[in-house]
Amino acid sequence: MLDDKDRIFTNLYGFQDWRLAGARKRGDWDGTAGFVKQGRAWIVQQVKDSGLRGRGGAGFPAGLKWSFMPPDDKRDGRPHYLVVNADESEPGTCKDRDIMRHDPHKLVEGCLIAGAAMGANTGYIYIRGEFVNEARRLEQAIAEAYDAGLVGKNAAGSGWDFDLYVHRGAGAYICGEETGLLESLEGRKGQPRLKPPFPANAGLYGCPTTVTNVETVAVVPTILRRGAAWFAKIGRERNTGTKLFCISGHVNKPCNVEEAMGIPLKELVEKHAGGVRGGWDNLLAVIPGGSSVPLLPKEICDTQLMDFDSLAAAKSGLGTAAVIVMDKSTDVVKAIARLSKFYMHESCGQCTPCREGTGWMWRVMERLVAGNAEIEEIDMLHDVTKQVEGHTICALGDAAAWPIQGLIRHFRPELERRILARKTSAAPAKAA
Amino acid sequence: MSAKITPISADEPRVWAFTPENRAKVDAAIKKYPAGRQASAVLFCLDTAQRQHGWVPQAAIEHIAAILGMAPIRVTEVASFFTMINRKPVGKYLLQVCGTTPCWLRGSDEVFAAIKEETGAGKGETSADGLFTVMEVECLGACVNAPVVQVNDDFFEDLDKDNLKAALRKLKAGEQPKPGPQNGRHASEPAGGALTLKSIAGSSGVQS
Amino acid sequence: MAKLTIDGKPVEVPNGMTVLQACQTIGVEIPHFCYHERLSIAGNCRMCLVEVEKMPKPVASCAQPVMDGMVVHTDNDKVKKARKGVMEFLLINHPLDCPICDQGGECDLQDQAMAYGYDRSRYHENKRAVDEKFMGPLVKTVMTRCIHCTRCVRFATEVAGVEEIGALNRGEHMEITTYLERSLTSELSGNVVDLCPVGALTSKPYAFTARSWELRKTESIDAMDALGANVRIDARGNEVMRILPRLADDINEEWLSDKSRYVYDGLKRQRLDTPYVRRDGKLAPASWGEAFAAIAAQAKSLGGDQMAAIAGDLADCESMALLKDLMTSLGCRNLDCRQDGAKLDPAQRAAWLFNSTIAGIDQADALVLIGANPRKEAPVLNARIRKRWLAGKFPVGVIGERADLTYAYDYLGAGPNTLQDLVDGKSRFAETLRKAQRPMLIVGQGALARKDGAAVLAAARRLAEAAGMVKDGWNGFNVLHTAAARVGGMEVGFVPGQSGRDLEGILAGAESGAIKLVYLLGADEIDMKRLGRAFVVYQGHHGDAGANRADVILPGAAYTEKAATYVNTEGRAQRTKLAVFPPGEAREDWTIVRALSEALGHTLPYDTPSAVRTCLTAKSPAFGALDRIVPASWGPFGAEGPMDAAPFKSPVANFYMTDPISRASHVMAQCTAMRRDLAAADAAPTGTGS
Repeated sequence: MLDDKDRIFTNLYGFQDWRLAGARKRGDWDGTAGFVKQGRAWIVQQVKDSGLRGRGGAGFPAGLKWSFMPPDDKRDGRPHYLVVNADESEPGTCKDRDIMRHDPHKLVEGCLIAGAAMGANTGYIYIRGEFVNEARRLEQAIAEAYDAGLVGKNAAGSGWDFDLYVHRGAGAYICGEETGLLESLEGRKGQPRLKPPFPANAGLYGCPTTVTNVETVAVVPTILRRGAAWFAKIGRERNTGTKLFCISGHVNKPCNVEEAMGIPLKELVEKHAGGVRGGWDNLLAVIPGGSSVPLLPKEICDTQLMDFDSLAAAKSGLGTAAVIVMDKSTDVVKAIARLSKFYMHESCGQCTPCREGTGWMWRVMERLVAGNAEIEEIDMLHDVTKQVEGHTICALGDAAAWPIQGLIRHFRPELERRILARKTSAAPAKAA
Repeated sequence: MSAKITPISADEPRVWAFTPENRAKVDAAIKKYPAGRQASAVLFCLDTAQRQHGWVPQAAIEHIAAILGMAPIRVTEVASFFTMINRKPVGKYLLQVCGTTPCWLRGSDEVFAAIKEETGAGKGETSADGLFTVMEVECLGACVNAPVVQVNDDFFEDLDKDNLKAALRKLKAGEQPKPGPQNGRHASEPAGGALTLKSIAGSSGVQS
Repeated sequence: MAKLTIDGKPVEVPNGMTVLQACQTIGVEIPHFCYHERLSIAGNCRMCLVEVEKMPKPVASCAQPVMDGMVVHTDNDKVKKARKGVMEFLLINHPLDCPICDQGGECDLQDQAMAYGYDRSRYHENKRAVDEKFMGPLVKTVMTRCIHCTRCVRFATEVAGVEEIGALNRGEHMEITTYLERSLTSELSGNVVDLCPVGALTSKPYAFTARSWELRKTESIDAMDALGANVRIDARGNEVMRILPRLADDINEEWLSDKSRYVYDGLKRQRLDTPYVRRDGKLAPASWGEAFAAIAAQAKSLGGDQMAAIAGDLADCESMALLKDLMTSLGCRNLDCRQDGAKLDPAQRAAWLFNSTIAGIDQADALVLIGANPRKEAPVLNARIRKRWLAGKFPVGVIGERADLTYAYDYLGAGPNTLQDLVDGKSRFAETLRKAQRPMLIVGQGALARKDGAAVLAAARRLAEAAGMVKDGWNGFNVLHTAAARVGGMEVGFVPGQSGRDLEGILAGAESGAIKLVYLLGADEIDMKRLGRAFVVYQGHHGDAGANRADVILPGAAYTEKAATYVNTEGRAQRTKLAVFPPGEAREDWTIVRALSEALGHTLPYDTPSAVRTCLTAKSPAFGALDRIVPASWGPFGAEGPMDAAPFKSPVANFYMTDPISRASHVMAQCTAMRRDLAAADAAPTGTGS
């Protein structure tokens, strides 16, 4: 178990003061100017050295992503923008919410440092519309920071000018996709853009932009303060550092917790979330990284490690580290069908495979819940998921396909059983 | 008539404008964005209009379009895309019930049942007294406190039939129930008290 | 340049090209729906997916820029599977109503389903049904067929410049609609019918009247404005069923105005299908012989100076040339093709031409509009100006009416005083023009068809000279005409001869009794009351103002019914083709003049179409090069003189009704009513503005 002294989010549960005074006591805003004065390249190198991978789901190396922004000698006069993705909407995920409501200054300080690392004098935090109170608190924290000279002109005495704004969404999962977010931030529907061009070349208002997750930004000040090596030492190779896990579903004590990357799933559930309802042997399956990743049946969960590469090896993913636990009482087909409905509801409608495919998949899933299908339709459904996957503008198509693929991969006998059971019960009783 | 203008329903206002206070807020919001990028404030405008009017009539869309220099069809597109923008009247309390898998696993069906029993309103319906409109929404992002219902701006978490009904009864009585977890939890820590951060003074909720 | 390999073949294409375009250069066909070369890239249909080696997923070739060393596969199993998948998705919610769909037979979805799709459906769920959307009198919607390619949205927003179409809602509930289901207020709205790759947007007037495969297709030229848009006239039997644009990059690209596209029902109404002679005050049907005899009986006692001829807006060059020769042979010099009284100066070709050429707009870097509203007077040309404006760095100044031109402009003033200030360098826009490399001006008939038109024309010329608009390789002086016949008339020389009377002189002469015979060649826009007691011959195809006043009617052919030459505003001579025959006894116009000349004893020496064309070629270099432009040399024109301070006013008050054909069209009447209703609705209070 991760030692408390290695935890970054020491006010995760909000028992302490979230305001600037409390944040300072926790060590925030300490030495910030010094980090900024070290320059863009230094900050980016520290982040690279720490091994930090993006906490928004894709796990792309953060330092590398930040380095895509045009360097100072190649700037063409366009402003650079930092955009923080606080559109936390992946089912199962509620970690950024805790950062914003209980430790907002970690995010604000991280924005200044990340902004400086990108050459950005302006940052926007795009927060999902439903987080009304979280947005208010974040705005209060930013106002405190302005009052204390920590952001704005010569932010924190660093010599870097940095303005930071909160921008609220209004209910659309797709705005968590970085270019859908940018479209929405510019005042349009949140329909993802074609790539190329990538945001680092043409993002917000056509200017170089990096969109990055709340947690990714919020851990950076601590990494700089404690050193990249400290962070890199936690976890496993290529999967370093600490991570906020959200453990929901059929556990005795659902919770958020900061743990080391690579922690065994079983340990995570049993030590922090009070174990599976009815005991570990009552486990049916776990969705280990938010709704988009394929579920894992118990036999895999027994030994599964919780990091990007280990979960990819198990044909699933760490995603947002949102662990959704299902015990043996679960109608697993219905659980996945409900996710299919989610993706249908959240498809932006722009491109064909997703607009048409998500509805098709959900309708077949609904029939499979009741066994109202032919056995061959399982393969057909799998084929349809393959027709969606990889053929869409953004990753929502993939995200809609994978949970179904996972279900078919691990629970095909259950799907067949329901179909046969329905056929048997529906068949006219034979004369004895 | 060749031009066919879709009639705006009779209960929609023909003329609509922000109050001076809200207009000032809108003007301030526009300043967050670079010059010429005032369209970025469209969601803020729609939200502000909704807070002023309860929902967003077409006349408000045209008002916003004029302020932001956008074509009305573009503002209408945005308003139709985002689930939080209500284009029709809703009750005094909008109950947005999360029905996505993490909440469903922990009893969102029960939540709907409890609401129906207490208010008479099912999914997509408004209670007879006009107090409650029930809407099934997708993941609200409070999954470790499932099941969750958002009542206007506030999340009500860790719901079961009894504590939800109690909260609804308070609303009916004109009282404001305390938002957040309804089962005694403080936030996202495990029920019964935090298991981590105990070594850090004041961080686990346990006096040390 | 980028070198890449497409299906094993090496290709070298310019950087910035897309993979789809690179494929097209070597004839590799990539199926697509949303991509359109004249619209922004949406990349949403996903039909154009190809495999690019080293890329993890199939890429949308319409949106992927080429890169050096790319290896592209367009026909391997992975790509075929991807296309099949997209095709299947497009079809699951598409109705199987092809037999009753007007798009049937010319439907991209049908064609590509045949070529790239599965042969059966695996979709067993309920299909989506979408409510129809009202888009006005021209565009019919069957929105269940929509595949959400957003071509119509992009066309309205980008090309037409009216942000009125959008896609509401999201996911599978996404629906295309106009704002509040109002009619489109673009003069180019019909183009969305062409752009729609399926049968969601079809032509309302054409609905259920014909199948595409039973139509006879004739490539021709439009005559509803002075642009000379290239069109295809689709006919069945002797009836025009629809008119579509043809590709003509230098003229109309592939767009067509709503009047040009939908006016054809006007070709079937109010037609003059037999000669008439007025007897006892009433027009009575007559034979050609009787009609000619009636004219001859009048003409024989008259001297040439007692006769006159006016050519109208739809007259073709052949009939104008022959009529000019006939009148000349009768000793008559009272001719005018400028029935609107525009003071076009016959002295110089450059004085009446759009010298920059339409395609030249793309090269211009500043524009001043003088008494012209191109949106109403030539909508397709206006879209070209908008395209140039969208590309950036294109200041536009306007002298004349304030109007929504679909692009931003600097409003300089209303009339000649502003023009004079600009000429004198006193206007703020003078500096803009001076700084430009290729500035242009467009002077409209609203500036020239007035008493001081010649002085305005001279002022415009001085502006062109002062602002450096005329130089080697660039002539920025442009006249925008509204009538298909006008430039042809000028080229033919259908203007007063030595000491002959112009329009005003002719009308004054008729009023005073000095002019006793007036020949109206399709002239309907003059004030008929001023013809006094003159004997009026009307040659034309519609029973409009001219025919009403006429003593003898000679039924001619509309532009769809003859092989005839028209010269567009650029000076580009183009020839129509006969798509259907003129109705009844009506005849091709030049043959009427030829036959009349014989009846008058002054037989013209032109017996064949080629002889007539030789006659044309002799009259102007414009006719020597069909479809091409012969540039005009520069010289003095216009007349110095005082200008009236009255503001310029566009001659086109109602875009939909400008000539006898469009006035006879029910569809154009519906459009007129639509605009009136919308204006009334806009006047009613909604919103508050700010």
